[in-house]
Amino acid sequence: MFKKIALFGGVYSNYLALEETIRDAHRRGAEALFCLGDLGAFGPHPDRVFPLLREYRIAVVQGNYDHSIGNGLDDCQCGYTDPRDNYFARISYRYTFAHTSEENRRWLKQLPTEIRLQLGPYRVLLCHGSPRKMNEFLWESTTSTHFLEKLCEDYQADVICATHTGIHWQRALSGKRHFVNVGAIGRPANDGRTEVWYTMLSLEDGDRLEATFVPVSYDYQRLAHEMRREGLPEEFVETILTGWWTTCLEVLPAKERRRGRF
Amino acid sequence: MSGIQAPNVSCNLDKASRKPTRFPLVRLEALDNLWFQVSGTLCNIACEHCFISCSPTNHSFEFMTLEQVKGYLEESVRLGVKEYYFTGGEPFMNRQILDILELTLQYGPATVLTNGMLLRPRVVERLAEIEAQSIYSLEIRLSLDGYTEEMNDAIRGKGVFQKAMAGMKRLVEHGFLPIITVAKTWEDSEDEAVLEGFLNTLRAHGYQRPRIKILPSLRIGREAARSHGYEDYEYVSEEMMQGYDASNLICANSRIATSKGVYVCPILIEARDAWLGNTLSESAAVGYRLRHQACFTCYMFGSICSNFVSVGRNV
Ligand code: SF4
Ligand code: SF4
Ligand SMILES: [Fe+2]
Repeated sequence: MFKKIALFGGVYSNYLALEETIRDAHRRGAEALFCLGDLGAFGPHPDRVFPLLREYRIAVVQGNYDHSIGNGLDDCQCGYTDPRDNYFARISYRYTFAHTSEENRRWLKQLPTEIRLQLGPYRVLLCHGSPRKMNEFLWESTTSTHFLEKLCEDYQADVICATHTGIHWQRALSGKRHFVNVGAIGRPANDGRTEVWYTMLSLEDGDRLEATFVPVSYDYQRLAHEMRREGLPEEFVETILTGWWTTCLEVLPAKERRRGRF
Repeated sequence: MSGIQAPNVSCNLDKASRKPTRFPLVRLEALDNLWFQVSGTLCNIACEHCFISCSPTNHSFEFMTLEQVKGYLEESVRLGVKEYYFTGGEPFMNRQILDILELTLQYGPATVLTNGMLLRPRVVERLAEIEAQSIYSLEIRLSLDGYTEEMNDAIRGKGVFQKAMAGMKRLVEHGFLPIITVAKTWEDSEDEAVLEGFLNTLRAHGYQRPRIKILPSLRIGREAARSHGYEDYEYVSEEMMQGYDASNLICANSRIATSKGVYVCPILIEARDAWLGNTLSESAAVGYRLRHQACFTCYMFGSICSNFVSVGRNV
């Protein structure tokens, strides 16, 4: 049974941010680290992520990207509907697929789609999109509270943690239950900052659950440099350097879209 | 979660076989989206392609009251509804619409489908206040059918373009990013040029980050007369459902509340057999057989009613 754990999603091949996240979480006393999926996409050298996850014994939930790469599917199943979004999604998918070793692909294929654990009195469920669908988007401004409560009931959990959207948020539910979107460490949260975000989930004053979002600085200049050297789209590099999303914008609901620049 | 693009299904339609004898049954997986036919079939205009033949005089469905909406909102909590949608007719003809939206946004996210013509300054101001108070998004979907006055008004009626653009401008000035919704009435080969036309017009009217959604046209209601109805073979058969992800269909995750009870989907409210009960629970308990030709369009194009924007910026 845990008292303090670190959770992150959306690594998107950002192995530099992953290193810093691991360091930061250990420094803050996390007893274990969990990754909620989407190891590849967007960034350079996808194979550099895997040794870190193994070395630090990080348990990983399968994301839609991992499912696609692992099973050799045609696309990333990100759920985009816009031609421009899909154009960029295809570029990063092809790159990631071509640069992920066969051994790592096999490993992605066998990842579990959910992990359950106990944090003090809380039954915690970790998943990628939602407990019912790997690529479901749960955005803060388009997810009703009673919908989340029904998920907790249907899936017998007190705390549900997901990622997939790339923007962190949380909501307290009735009966001490909780939903947390743990965010992504692979790219900034469309907030104009270059840091990326992970989540610390802990028990405070006895059994009060607290989810804290932690910004992580890393050598984003180096990442941008490596992305350029690998010939990845300049649009992606711009996001890393500015903190504003330039692609995948059409799935954003009104409130989230308005907070960004594009 | 596919958009409006036709999925890669190979449907070996035997054109000679005509109408299937048994239609596939689709059950509600979860009531994620609750629609409200909030202004009934009443609209201030009468578009050529309206798939439910709305007009200023079509009273087959009446305005819903705040009380009626409230009843369904209350019931929706237990069912775990994720999002709410408002359509008509023209929702802003309903005098209680602002109170209805304000109430709804305490329950969850709301989307309104409008022709944009009744968005007077006081209405838009109030909309902005309502949306600012809520943690949820208030999406405005504004219908246009052309990027020029001639093109649009040929379908929607004289003077509609100017009023709709004024409404859009006002929304943008108040911080909204309306989703411009266009029912497709052109050939595939013209896609790029039409999109470019829309983007230019919207930007010229002050909308710098335009969001555009293209919908396939449904060949029922007045649209059946305008273009052509369905071909005899254009039905969904049980064989066609094999290996098909039924969760793409609106009827697998939605219901629509009206002044006359709950129907299976926003598209079929004029079909008698589409009435599924007085309460959401009643309507959720029964499945629906896809016996209408409009179902064929849903089948081919997927979740055409979701908010996901299909066309935004150019590559
Ligand atoms: S398409 Fe919309 S705006 Fe046009 S008549 Fe029908 S309900 Fe009214
Ligand atoms: S029209 Fe579409 S949503 Fe309605 S019942 Fe037919 S398939 Fe389902
Ligand atoms: Fe994902």
